[in-house]
Amino acid sequence: MSSRTYGATTITLPSDTELQMSREFDAPAALVFEAYTTPEHVKRWWAAPDVEWLACEIDLRVGGSWRWAFRDADNNEVAFRGTYEAIDRPARLDHTEIFEPFPDEVSHVIVTLDETDGRTLFTSVSRYSSREVRDMVVSTGAGEGAAQVFDRMAELLIEIG
Amino acid sequence: MIATDQLSLTFAALADPTRRAILARLAQGDATVTELAEPFAMTMPAVSKHLKVLERAGLISRGREAQWRPCRIEPMALEGVDDWLADYRQLWTERFDRLDDYLRELQRKEATSSDAPNRIDVDG
Repeated sequence: MSSRTYGATTITLPSDTELQMSREFDAPAALVFEAYTTPEHVKRWWAAPDVEWLACEIDLRVGGSWRWAFRDADNNEVAFRGTYEAIDRPARLDHTEIFEPFPDEVSHVIVTLDETDGRTLFTSVSRYSSREVRDMVVSTGAGEGAAQVFDRMAELLIEIG
Repeated sequence: MIATDQLSLTFAALADPTRRAILARLAQGDATVTELAEPFAMTMPAVSKHLKVLERAGLISRGREAQWRPCRIEPMALEGVDDWLADYRQLWTERFDRLDDYLRELQRKEATSSDAPNRIDVDG
C-alpha cells in the first residue's frame, strides 16, 4: 500500500474500519515506548499544553487498564480508557481504547515501534467496530484543514484502496 | 468546503472495493463502461450500477454527447475527503510534534547526565 506523507505524519485508511497513523522519531524505540507508557511522559505530549490533567493512569501489564483524562481550555472534560492486550517492549503494544461518552464502542489499537539506526518509526493502527464509527472518529479531529492540491488525488485513492 | 451530507455520500460510494478500483482505473484516464467492466469480470448492468453510485456522489461524470458516454473522474469530490482527513491529521501532527520535542528534551537530559565527568549523585 502506498501512502502520502503530510509534513512528518502519515495518515491512511488501510481498510473500511481502520485508521493508521505513522511518524518517525529521532529517538530509540525504548525511549518512545517509555514516552507512550509512563504517566509523567504522556502528560507532556498527548494533550495540548494548556489542558488540566485529571487522570493519567497506566497499569502496564496484560489485562491492566489505562485511563487518560483532562479538562481542555474550553472547560470540556475529555477522557479515554482501555486495557492492555499484549506487550512486547519496546517493539509492540496492543490495547483497547474507549472514548468515555461512548462506553460501548471499543476500538483495538496496535502500536508498533520499528527502530533503524537509532530512529524509530511509530505506527498505530486503530480498528473500529464499523466504518461509520471510524469515520465519526476521524471527523471529530477538529482543526485547521491544510490547503489541498489536486495531484494528491491518485495517491489518496491508493491510500484508501 | 464540501457539505457534510455530500461527504457521507462520497464515503458511502468509496466504501465498496469495486468502486474504489473503478476510480483507481479512472485516475489513469477516461474509460468507457465496456473498458471498465473488463478487468472486474462483471456484467455491464452491474458496472452501470456502481457508476451510478459514483456519479451521484460526484466522484465521476459521464459524457453526454457521445454514444459510448466515457467516464471521467472528478477530483473535487476527493478533495473533500482529503480535507476531512486533514482535520485528523492536524490533531495527530500536533500531538506527534509535541512528542518529538519531548523525546529530544529527554535525550538531551540523558546525554548531559551521563557525560558529566564528576557527577555527584545527590539522591544517593
